Amino acid sequence: MIRITENRLTAIFAHCLSGLPYEACGLISAKDPGSEDILGWYPTENVANSARYYTIDPKGYLMADKDAESRGEAIVGVVHSHTHSDPYPSPTDVLQAPDSTWHYIIVSLRHTFPMLRSFRIESGNIQEERVVVIKK
Amino acid sequence: MTIDVRLPTVLRQHAGGQAIVQAEGSSIGEVLVDLSRQFPTMSDQLLTEKGELHKFVNVYVNDDDVRYLDKLDTKVEDGDVVSILPAVAGGDG
Repeated sequence: MIRITENRLTAIFAHCLSGLPYEACGLISAKDPGSEDILGWYPTENVANSARYYTIDPKGYLMADKDAESRGEAIVGVVHSHTHSDPYPSPTDVLQAPDSTWHYIIVSLRHTFPMLRSFRIESGNIQEERVVVIKK
Repeated sequence: MTIDVRLPTVLRQHAGGQAIVQAEGSSIGEVLVDLSRQFPTMSDQLLTEKGELHKFVNVYVNDDDVRYLDKLDTKVEDGDVVSILPAVAGGDG
């Protein structure tokens, strides 16, 4: 499960929509690896510049990682958009998932309104997790 | 010399959960070899069998990517901080 504020969710949707026609991506932080309470959102550049693939800008990742560390947090997951498909991990997503403790959040822009789902990916196995939106 | 190395969450399990560890070396190559000596299960996450930097790993000296410096021969000095981060990519393709 993840818990995320409504404002942060809106910021994620806005970043994904602003990235069109390409996939958009970013990183999330929390107090500890595996923590359910998402405390930070770091939009990053998709340096793949593609509607079908994303690559987190490595320098953006470094800056996000250092900022999270300065606040006593850690990067605990990645967000990316699927521009034309459902919010479910693709074979590429599974193959390249770097960390089994991470949350893998996917935002589908296939329909009129963005749809968000979150997953854990461990040894190629996909497990969906609940997303709880907090009003703040 | 002793260098502070920042580890991403995926590598911390190989280092007893530590976010920052110390390693000896005067170049990035030496630092990574020392990390592999201290934490053997981390080794194949960092370097290939040929001893090259794994393509899914990005290594920084302070804010500079070593791939744009001298790669594994990049020198490190007292006070430098090395950061290791995984490459994060995917997509619906």
